[in-house]
Amino acid sequence: MPQYPNRQFLEFEQPIKTLFEEIEKLKQTAEKSKIDLSDAIKKLEDAIIEKRKDITEHLTPWQRVQLSRHPDRPYTFKYIQKIFDNFIELHGDRNVKDDKAMVGGFAQLDGETIMVIGQQKGVNTKTRQLRNFGMANPEGYRKALRLMRLAEKFNKPVITFVDTPGAYPGLEAEERGQGEAIARNIYEMIRLRVPVIIIIIGEGASGGAFGIGVGDRTLMMENTWYTVISPESCSSILWRSWDKKEVAAEQLKLTAKDMKGFGLIDDIINEPIGGAHWDYDEASSILKSVILRELAAVKSISAEERINQRINKYCKMGFWEELPEDDIVNNAV
Amino acid sequence: MKKDQEKELDIDQDLTGSETDHTLINQQEVKPKWYKRIRKGILTKTSEKKETPEGLWSKCPECNYICTSTELKENVYVCPKCNYHHRIGSSEYFDLLFDNKEYGELFDNIISKDFLKFTDLKPYQQRLDEIYAKSHLKDSMRVAVGKINGEEMVIACMDFEFIGGSLGSVMGEKFSRAVDFCIEYKLPYLVISKSGGARMMESAFSLMQLAKTSGKLSQLSDAKLPYISLLTDPTFGGISASFGMLGDLNIAEPGALIGFAGPRVIKETIKKDLPEGFQRSEFLLEHGFLDFIVDRKELKSKMSQLIVLFKN
Ligand SMILES: [Zn+2]
Repeated sequence: MPQYPNRQFLEFEQPIKTLFEEIEKLKQTAEKSKIDLSDAIKKLEDAIIEKRKDITEHLTPWQRVQLSRHPDRPYTFKYIQKIFDNFIELHGDRNVKDDKAMVGGFAQLDGETIMVIGQQKGVNTKTRQLRNFGMANPEGYRKALRLMRLAEKFNKPVITFVDTPGAYPGLEAEERGQGEAIARNIYEMIRLRVPVIIIIIGEGASGGAFGIGVGDRTLMMENTWYTVISPESCSSILWRSWDKKEVAAEQLKLTAKDMKGFGLIDDIINEPIGGAHWDYDEASSILKSVILRELAAVKSISAEERINQRINKYCKMGFWEELPEDDIVNNAV
Repeated sequence: MKKDQEKELDIDQDLTGSETDHTLINQQEVKPKWYKRIRKGILTKTSEKKETPEGLWSKCPECNYICTSTELKENVYVCPKCNYHHRIGSSEYFDLLFDNKEYGELFDNIISKDFLKFTDLKPYQQRLDEIYAKSHLKDSMRVAVGKINGEEMVIACMDFEFIGGSLGSVMGEKFSRAVDFCIEYKLPYLVISKSGGARMMESAFSLMQLAKTSGKLSQLSDAKLPYISLLTDPTFGGISASFGMLGDLNIAEPGALIGFAGPRVIKETIKKDLPEGFQRSEFLLEHGFLDFIVDRKELKSKMSQLIVLFKN
């Protein structure tokens, strides 16, 4: 985890940066003048915590989206490293290639073998390109499906970490059937015989997210978003302008709180004060305890029952009005 | 035996609303059981209701060939010169496919609701009301049951003119009930897609329809009933990332644009011009994602041929 001065600050985090700078100045003064300023420094450190709290309590939906994309935010590999033991990465879809935007493998969670799968974003210019900014191609989804089938064969639960701005909209992606790959995963995941737990750890953008997003439980971390389109694309399509992303983010009701309120996700996972990027250990330990709790709950029922519950859960999602049948005049008129 | 007798009684009551007249019944062909589900307006003949205005001319967007609307209609909205398939709606497909243009519409009492109070340039509810005012459509998908060359089938067909044929809660629910109907009456299922993708005004609810429809398809699959996905111009986004690509058979009309991401988005991403024919039906066939391409003029005969092949 980067420490100041290597930390990056979003626009609305600037007041925190200012406090860090003040602390730095005090430290230099203390060094030069040999005066004990630890009380003053402590006060500023407390002020940082307060500020972190204050900022996350008043985030707009768009700021929440920005926080989900924070450059210091932990990604899939980070959580795997902190939560699991004995991770072995498994590569390739056995057909085209190994998609670096989608990663996965066996690991142990407190001694129990799990198949863990997720989109992976890069942490610097070079790895961001390598990971294609977390945008998987069809072979990424097919690799994920291969790993899920492997888990099913050996009766190991599946945990997925969702963090993507979308499935990659490329020429070769279309040639190799991006739509089909995602459709197949959704179809297969709903019938997977082993427990499946979905965690939105960052961006949950549309089909790209849903391609590894169907399961018994869906949980969103506090500072993430999840919906059918990114606010930017939504703005460009519905408002015919790229400038309405803030309004689009509001209208889409894409925060964890909204999604929980709609019953479309099961729970919200708390993050350290100010966001997961402030403390990877704490973020991971909260996440781990939630995974353990949810896994125990879904493991307690039979595979058949789980699949039925899964299908019924998704079948209930939606809102419509049903007119009394007597009012219907055949509308082929 | 007893079951058949019950069936006849049901049919009789529904079709005539009067006491059973056995002499009449015996002369009639035995109606399928699903007839009793359709109480009103059964077997709509739409041909008389939607007259093509005489003297209107239509220009082919592909080859500029000009013909009368009547001529185009008689040619099932396919350009007589270059075979361009004009975009048509559910009424046209139902008329084209069902025998004598007779069919019963199902679940047309389900309509959209602005649950999220979504407002872009105008409120979602206003958008819906405006379409209701100028169109007979109630949403972007209609479901009907009828016969194709004597073979019973359920068809769910999208209407592009209703918010771009977008996939929202109503489409998800109608799709699901259509699957239940197929399972109940052991009928094959044809879905005709024509859609820009998910209905953004329903936000995450529209995304969840991908899992809902897939879950229902898996039940149809368990019942060993055929599911045919016909992709028409255009089919994108959430449809191709769910039931559009999940057919026992995936087929398409010639020249239809089909894909996950839209051509504009891809072009902006890769910063290159897209190759000729990219994302057209023929491209998908070549890359292995379609079973075959079907000309609209042969759609009905191909469909009944398929039903026969699946059945026997
Ligand atoms: Zn033409």
